[in-house]
Amino acid sequence: MRRVMLGAVALAAGIWGCGGKSSGSDAGNTGGSTGAVPQSGGGGAGGPTGNATVSGVIHFTGTAPTNPKIDMSQESACAGKYTSPPTDPQYVVKDGKLGNVFVYVDSGVPNGAKYSAAAADTIDQNGCLYHPRIFGAVVGEDIVIKNSDNVLHNIKAVPKVNRGFNISQPSAGMTSKRTFASPEVMVPLECNVHGWMHAYVGVLPHPFFATSGEDGSFSIKNLPAGTYTIKAWHEKLGTQQTTVTVGAGETKTADFTFSGPKA
Amino acid sequence: MATTATGTTPFTYDHGHEHVDDRSFIRKYIFSTDHKIIGIQFLIMSLTFLLLGGMLAMVMRWQLGFPGKPLPGGTLLPDTYTSGGVVLPEFYNSAVTMHGTFMVFFAIMPLLVGVFGNYLIPLKIGAPDMAFPRINMASFWTAVPAGLLMLAGFFVEGGSAAAGWTSYAPLSARSDLTGVHLGQIFWCVSLIVLGLSSIMGSFNYITTVINLRAPGMNWFRLPLSIWALFVTACLVLLAIPVLSGAAILLLFDQTIGTHFFDPQAGGQPLLWQHLFWFFGHPEVYILILPGMGMVSDIIANGARKPVFGYTSMVLAIIAIGFLGWGVWGHHMFQSGMNPTLGTTFMISTLLIAVPSAIKTFNWLGTIWKGQITFHVPMLHALAFVSMFVIGGLSGVFMAASPFDIYIHDTYFIVAHLHYVLFGGSLFAIFAAVTYWYPKMFGRMMNPTVGKVHFWLTLVFYNCTFFPMHQLGLHGHMRRIYDPTQYAFLKDLQPVNTFISISAFLLFATQFIFAANFIMSWFKGEKAPNNPWLDNGLEWTLPSPPPHGNFATVPTVYRGPYEYSSPHSDQDYIPQNVPTPGGGYGAPHTQPAGD
Amino acid sequence: MGNFLSWMLPPGASTFVGDIDWIYYLILVVTGVAFFAVEIALVVFLVKYRKRPGGKATYVHGSTRAEIIWTSVTAVVVVVIGLLSAPAWDKIKGREGVPPNAMPIGIAAKQFEWNITYPGADGKLGTTDDFTVRGQLHVPVDKPTVATLTSVDAIHSFFVPSFRIKQDAVPGMHIRVWFQPTKVGEYELGCAELCGLGHYRMRAIVTVHTQEDYDRWVAQQAHAVAQR
Repeated sequence: MRRVMLGAVALAAGIWGCGGKSSGSDAGNTGGSTGAVPQSGGGGAGGPTGNATVSGVIHFTGTAPTNPKIDMSQESACAGKYTSPPTDPQYVVKDGKLGNVFVYVDSGVPNGAKYSAAAADTIDQNGCLYHPRIFGAVVGEDIVIKNSDNVLHNIKAVPKVNRGFNISQPSAGMTSKRTFASPEVMVPLECNVHGWMHAYVGVLPHPFFATSGEDGSFSIKNLPAGTYTIKAWHEKLGTQQTTVTVGAGETKTADFTFSGPKA
Repeated sequence: MATTATGTTPFTYDHGHEHVDDRSFIRKYIFSTDHKIIGIQFLIMSLTFLLLGGMLAMVMRWQLGFPGKPLPGGTLLPDTYTSGGVVLPEFYNSAVTMHGTFMVFFAIMPLLVGVFGNYLIPLKIGAPDMAFPRINMASFWTAVPAGLLMLAGFFVEGGSAAAGWTSYAPLSARSDLTGVHLGQIFWCVSLIVLGLSSIMGSFNYITTVINLRAPGMNWFRLPLSIWALFVTACLVLLAIPVLSGAAILLLFDQTIGTHFFDPQAGGQPLLWQHLFWFFGHPEVYILILPGMGMVSDIIANGARKPVFGYTSMVLAIIAIGFLGWGVWGHHMFQSGMNPTLGTTFMISTLLIAVPSAIKTFNWLGTIWKGQITFHVPMLHALAFVSMFVIGGLSGVFMAASPFDIYIHDTYFIVAHLHYVLFGGSLFAIFAAVTYWYPKMFGRMMNPTVGKVHFWLTLVFYNCTFFPMHQLGLHGHMRRIYDPTQYAFLKDLQPVNTFISISAFLLFATQFIFAANFIMSWFKGEKAPNNPWLDNGLEWTLPSPPPHGNFATVPTVYRGPYEYSSPHSDQDYIPQNVPTPGGGYGAPHTQPAGD
Repeated sequence: MGNFLSWMLPPGASTFVGDIDWIYYLILVVTGVAFFAVEIALVVFLVKYRKRPGGKATYVHGSTRAEIIWTSVTAVVVVVIGLLSAPAWDKIKGREGVPPNAMPIGIAAKQFEWNITYPGADGKLGTTDDFTVRGQLHVPVDKPTVATLTSVDAIHSFFVPSFRIKQDAVPGMHIRVWFQPTKVGEYELGCAELCGLGHYRMRAIVTVHTQEDYDRWVAQQAHAVAQR
């Protein structure tokens, strides 16, 4: 009887003490980018890298569609951060250039090569919008999710291949870390408290990707010499691809042109 | 086997094996078929879950009392639960869910049915053990993995179930809506397994009460605790399979792609609610009836008087058990079900207040003109009556369906359910544990410590739950992580803080009971056979009773509440003591012409 | 301060206050009487009948007469409460209870927002001048509005405490809920059914306008729709 008692007390203590895995949320805030700033995959320690570069410009022809207005009146803490009514930046078009196009190496990287990212990517919730909206991450890389708004955001990943997650951050300053274990282009992220918030992350087994900036430019660096299929993905305008061969130390250009929907 | 013949020699069993108890330690205390040991095993398991359920309530109350402030110890928890020590909304929902689940299924129900059903039934009816001792053992050892599985939910990805203890579909069926996948699955499987444990227990109890009563123990000489446990067992046998069925359907929706509750594929969310509450309402009577029965035993003992209106008390227990099947829709008044059902369920719900009222008046009648001794179990039993009245009366407000429109899913409901489950069931459990502790462990619990625990609990308990009525009347919804999000609730924040502080003090006070329980086991005053001078058959045996209970089968001569009878110069006569002058003692039924 | 210890209901702003609040006060009085009677009797008995040296308890098993009296009184009281409450239930929730001239709106609940569709200037839902607004319920005062309530994902519950109205929003069902506000002003709408991690924040603002202001608001919204 005594033993059963002690066992029960120990069980209770063990359950209380053991918690679950304790991964702290003290991720470094490096590599963050806001808006449509060109982002390149970082690091690459592990798998083969080189010093070739594929860069280019994403052009846009036709009329740029108007981005829809966002009614943020219910979230004064966010609405107050804007001087003019916010819009949902689905199309980032300036002077015939298209930003927020995710450009990546689809094939050509040796199979089984394992890359790790040098630094974690950060996605920030600010003004009830995701910054960046489009970005890439290496398989297994920490994605740090930060809340700069003093309101509840939840960040829900809705992947098809990977396991999803749905986590909340009720107040400003909170950070969380997540990773994806399998390549998937693109994994949608959304907030259910603010239904207009969308972001997309391209998960790749290597760091050879970039997002075009407002000026349409992108640059994929540190490629080993080889022949690669390069794809460019836009959330509304679909995917285009091209093939590029680079030698060691070479820089090659790969431009893409997307056209706006028929007026 | 049980005869009511007068003057026959009581027959004996072959007790040869009993005088030499050569069972191994494992057979005696771990895999035991002895109902008394199984009862104590359930006691330890349930008290552990009571503690865990209480801890989860502390997490909730911390967040409600001090929204957004880091939980003490919160940084020790994984970052899926807290961020910088602050409770996250999904962990809050998980705490809400698991608090209810642990308390209902793994604390209160096993404490009443598993502990006292097991411990008391054979002893109080004069039997050597349950009808099916090995099934009894299986019942306990099935409950344990169910409990462990439920606990395991906290340690898997996505965390534990978080859709409320009521687990409404489609929230509970779709992991994309909660972020919880395995945890919800474990919830279903755990309850299916626990259901097996309960069903095994229930038909054991029913068979035992029907078949193994000692000679002279006719139905209307059974203590009310046994009547209540018997009717409860019938409810368990009929209601738990409904929950199991519902949980299986939900499990299938969660795992193998069925759509029972998915409207996009022809399923119906309301189906879950009907199934769950068809079980759920009898379940709440399962959670109160044994307490009512044991409180009757204890109050009669404390007042040194027969129970007032024994037959009505029995009929009221049966009426509650029976009528309880017809009221489930009152949980669904606002659910979107056909409004006509709202009216019919309102009437049936209002009617079920009647048998509970009868019992309350009869408890008052029992202490009227008594000689009341305020021993610790009596204190808790009286608190039961007092608090249960509040809980029962608050139920009238929600039975009136138009007013339920306003208070459904608010803290008014939370106040009501805690008044009946804590103010009712838990005080009854404290009363019963303290009362039967000497018989179980051969030691008395310390009465001074018991009284301190009682008074502090009573005060902090009312400070915690009474103001919740007011919160509900102001429209404070249930299960909300941060009430300050609403302007109409912001001003109520001081009430929430007061409730939280009271709750922390209430929780801390329970360690006094735990300390008393543990210390008395080793150091308590040795208990005589009959410390409370009670008439029940268990008090004729040593404390604790030997394996096999009665050396010879007792013969019962009267009911269990013959206190202060003119047939004896003591103020009690045990049921198995022949009446001086031969024959059988005065029947318990109400004397004619009263 | 005494406000939140009060048993009074907070002020309301719809016709349902007249239908519901009195039922509450009736039950409060009845249960209050029962509460004081029982608790006072309990305390009196505990004091009066505590054990005294040499005292003897009265050996009585009950009283059939008393049982009959208190059982029937209780039964009559509860049945009367039920009969008195039934008409209000039919009026508010009954399918026949919806006023025929009520302005129709659509409310689609989803994690974690309320999307309210207005019929526009033609007053009819399902036409091209309908528009949807997130998180804002605008209605004219002293006129009935009937909302067809549904959910896109989990079960939510439409709760406006000041209007004394609550109705679960169930996916796959279209449930009509009506109300008639009586006071111009701003009120809150909250979700009253656990629906996920954002449940506690699933809030909307209810604005009751004069008919003029309401028409002006509708025109504004219609203008904005046309702009898109």
